[in-house]
Amino acid sequence: MLAALSAEASFAGRSNLRTWLTGILKHKIVDTIRRQSRERPASALEPDGDERDFDALFDRRGHWEESPQAWQQPEGSLQQNQFFAALEACLAALPERTARVFMMREHLGLETSEICKELGITATHCWVMLHRARMALRLCLEKNWFGKT
Amino acid sequence: MILSCKETTRLLSQGEDRNLAFGERVALRVHLAICKGCRNVNAQFRFMRLAVKQLARDGDDPKTG
Repeated sequence: MLAALSAEASFAGRSNLRTWLTGILKHKIVDTIRRQSRERPASALEPDGDERDFDALFDRRGHWEESPQAWQQPEGSLQQNQFFAALEACLAALPERTARVFMMREHLGLETSEICKELGITATHCWVMLHRARMALRLCLEKNWFGKT
Repeated sequence: MILSCKETTRLLSQGEDRNLAFGERVALRVHLAICKGCRNVNAQFRFMRLAVKQLARDGDDPKTG
């Protein structure tokens, strides 16, 4: 993802962001991760935030302040290129390392244990990052896609 | 174990990434049975997983790929 981000400036046209992003992910992800995990320990430099970021969604007892509503006909969205553009924008808005872990897990389908090992982070940290990614994506899609009527 | 919605969303997420303990699975089911908001979030997490899997690789058309 870092390679992807730094290559962004030189990407001409941006007409096919999906091709670019997923191509980079597919081909450079392992290199990037290996290099980064050598260069810097995963724990410190890049704050990933924590689950408290989402505390505002819940009351003191941990119940929803506003109960989440069902998304309308989400399957239909999968037929629309515009939806995937919105999804990519939401992924790009995640903290870089959070997005990378999430894509390794859900796009590439790697096991959590492999991801943790490669990044040199604990399983617990991995779960926290994955949960944050899902919570953030959910809010982003709701705001930028499913909120539209 | 009585779960809050906050704990439930966390377990929904972790259920994708590790094997939940029996007690956790029971508590999750009990909560989901009574909480529409958390059922909606569960469906949304599932949908997002499907969508992210379908992000095209190397320029495949998501509609056909």
